[in-house]
Amino acid sequence: MTATDVATDTAPTIVPSFDSPAAEGRKLAIICSKGSLDMAYPGLILANAAVGEGVETHLFFTFWGFDMINKATMKDLKFSFVGNTAMHPPGHSGLGIHHMLGALPGATAAATAMLKKQIAEQDVPEVPEFLELLAASGVHLWACRMSADMNHLTEDDLYEGVEAIISASDFIELTEGAQLLFI
Amino acid sequence: MTTTTIAGHAVDVNEEGFLTRPEEWTEDLAPELARLIGLELTDAHWALIRFLREDHAAQGETATLRRVSTRTGTPVKTLFTLFPGKPAKKMAYVAGLPKPKGCV
Repeated sequence: MTATDVATDTAPTIVPSFDSPAAEGRKLAIICSKGSLDMAYPGLILANAAVGEGVETHLFFTFWGFDMINKATMKDLKFSFVGNTAMHPPGHSGLGIHHMLGALPGATAAATAMLKKQIAEQDVPEVPEFLELLAASGVHLWACRMSADMNHLTEDDLYEGVEAIISASDFIELTEGAQLLFI
Repeated sequence: MTTTTIAGHAVDVNEEGFLTRPEEWTEDLAPELARLIGLELTDAHWALIRFLREDHAAQGETATLRRVSTRTGTPVKTLFTLFPGKPAKKMAYVAGLPKPKGCV
């Protein structure tokens, strides 16, 4: 906060510290390791929030998280509630659905459609459009070398906004000093 | 809440300096608010500020960065160029609106 022009009968002007030196150099690295729809969003939303706060932000997609940037799968991530004992219908906390019902044929498709609808209602984009938003905002997107090799994929198979396929050591090196989230 | 003077107008601000009463904002405040955070307004800035004002009046809340981008057809990259660092908050500040509450 800084004080400038003081009028006689009012308080000094308070200016938001948008570009305070304390925030400079802050970095956030998020490792996205899951390929299910519900686990894709936390990393995307946090990355969007961080870059909008002026934080240098890096996303590293590895293992199942590779599905988030693989052009063949990124549009079609799924949500299953098998094993999720917290599952309840939207707006009905406390009304449990037995998680093993998620194993019935069609349950994953229905749950995925429901979750996508809920996300769209919040005006939050689907995964490919979200990645576009992040790339345009300046978030750095990196693909894991081992995941690419295991799946026999190259940069041509990945979303264009991905900067490169890099090794785990490369990622550790370029996120020196960053705060880190593993999702 | 504090009352301060910006561009000759007495306005109420919160502890961060954001106007707390959007109706106290007038267009002649914007260049001074912008100057305080190191910005000089161009026509491109003004188009966004006017959108924010209209959208806030209609929706009752400040548009998020994505909403500004999709509704005005302005690429997100341009928003980061015009209001560097923290575009959503800077835009809201200059437009005399509260910080956006939405996550995306």
